[in-house]
Amino acid sequence: MPPRIILDSTQFALTIDRLCHQLIENHDDFSNSALIGIQPRGIYLSERLHSRLKTIIKGASILHGKLDVAFYRDDFRRGEKPISANVMDMDFLVEGKKIVLIDDVLYTGRTVRAALDALLDFGRPKKVELLVLIDRRFSRQLPIQPEYVGKTVDSVKSERVSVGWMEEEGEDKVVLFNAKQNV
Amino acid sequence: MSQLSVEHLLGIKYLTVEDINLIFDTADNFKKILARPIKRVPSLRDVTIANLFFEDSTRTRISFELAEKRLSADVVNFSASSSSVAKGETLIDTVNNILAMKVDMIVMRHPSPGAALFLSKHVNANIINGGDGTHEHPTQGLLDAYSIREELKKVEGKKVIIVGDIMHSRVALSNIFCLQKLGAEVMLCGPPTLMPKYIETLGVKVEFNLKKALAWCDVANILRIQLERQETKFFPSVREYMLFYGVNKPLLDSLDKKITIMHPGPINRGIEITSEVADSDQSIILRQVENGVAIRMAVLYLLAGKKGKV
Repeated sequence: MPPRIILDSTQFALTIDRLCHQLIENHDDFSNSALIGIQPRGIYLSERLHSRLKTIIKGASILHGKLDVAFYRDDFRRGEKPISANVMDMDFLVEGKKIVLIDDVLYTGRTVRAALDALLDFGRPKKVELLVLIDRRFSRQLPIQPEYVGKTVDSVKSERVSVGWMEEEGEDKVVLFNAKQNV
Repeated sequence: MSQLSVEHLLGIKYLTVEDINLIFDTADNFKKILARPIKRVPSLRDVTIANLFFEDSTRTRISFELAEKRLSADVVNFSASSSSVAKGETLIDTVNNILAMKVDMIVMRHPSPGAALFLSKHVNANIINGGDGTHEHPTQGLLDAYSIREELKKVEGKKVIIVGDIMHSRVALSNIFCLQKLGAEVMLCGPPTLMPKYIETLGVKVEFNLKKALAWCDVANILRIQLERQETKFFPSVREYMLFYGVNKPLLDSLDKKITIMHPGPINRGIEITSEVADSDQSIILRQVENGVAIRMAVLYLLAGKKGKV
């Protein structure tokens, strides 16, 4: 099966806009909320949402953090390759705040589990929600479900979902392909 | 790639430049964690580490133990003075007995040069050298270079002098290897009796006049006079050493620049360095200690995580 485009750049922009408005519905002006992108790939989505939200809600200052979960993963010493760390950029405490955890693809749920652990080291949030661009449902290994979903995808284990970003790959798009193919 | 080329940290001479930079970058992450209210991460929660200290230590031992605890490892401590070593047990037997109790990593300080290398060939655990005799003290070398990088933004092209008892110093050797790999120039300064013969073959400069050496450098790493390692007297008196090789404020003020002062500790105040200098704003001695924990966390994390062990 050839690689299948799940979201092209037009659909991609629409999805980002819709997610922003869903967030505004629940968080008003974000005065007691914070967006937290999960390193490494979730931060592109959180940055995009952050800048889009600031243009929608004029003059809003929205807390934005980047959470690195490398030291909290449960597969340390279990994989073939070591887990390397990324930059942690959290200059605020989450105590009492409504937190939106943001990642590009939700698959097994283990990264989100690690992120919840990492988050607790910055205080006790009032509430934690999960936002993902792509939800690969039926592949969860932990009881974790997102509140906000860009697009739900049914896929099997041998398939991969690749999210490309304008800033990194030169184009916003989401592609589903077979793991054996090179994209 | 994001993994170390070695299984053990035996000395800086076995590391590549990529290894050193990977350790530094990982230490940056841990330094941020150490600045948080909650300073602990769960990475090494299924790893057991034994700290074997066959020689006295305060800083290194506490630094390693804190690093281990902040990575959530289980820690056992051992010191030779209160163990079966006093009853004549060999090093391999001692370590294998400890490993039989399911220990994954060993941090060892030992008075014999090469003890860590020897151990790594005979037992099945990651070995971290916490100082082997007068040979190497790799984590100290790493944290010194890391502190220079932090203070002066980079190590490459910087001029560093190491002052004092070069012959008995494992810190000097690890510093020379680490700084040279990172592209710094190294000069050694000390009494001729404490300067090993043929040390120039390592590519370092040697200067016997402290003032000339200080005028040349950007950073001065001042070593402790190791009175306990000197069976014969290498200089006539401590007072004479202080007069010729002690770093003091008037000497530093006579330079036309402000150099960075480092010391691996413990300080003999008033001998190799005066209190005025050690406590001045050009001294980064306590920052070195602070960085030591982050560097050791990085080394432990990278060695433990090298590949599937469980």
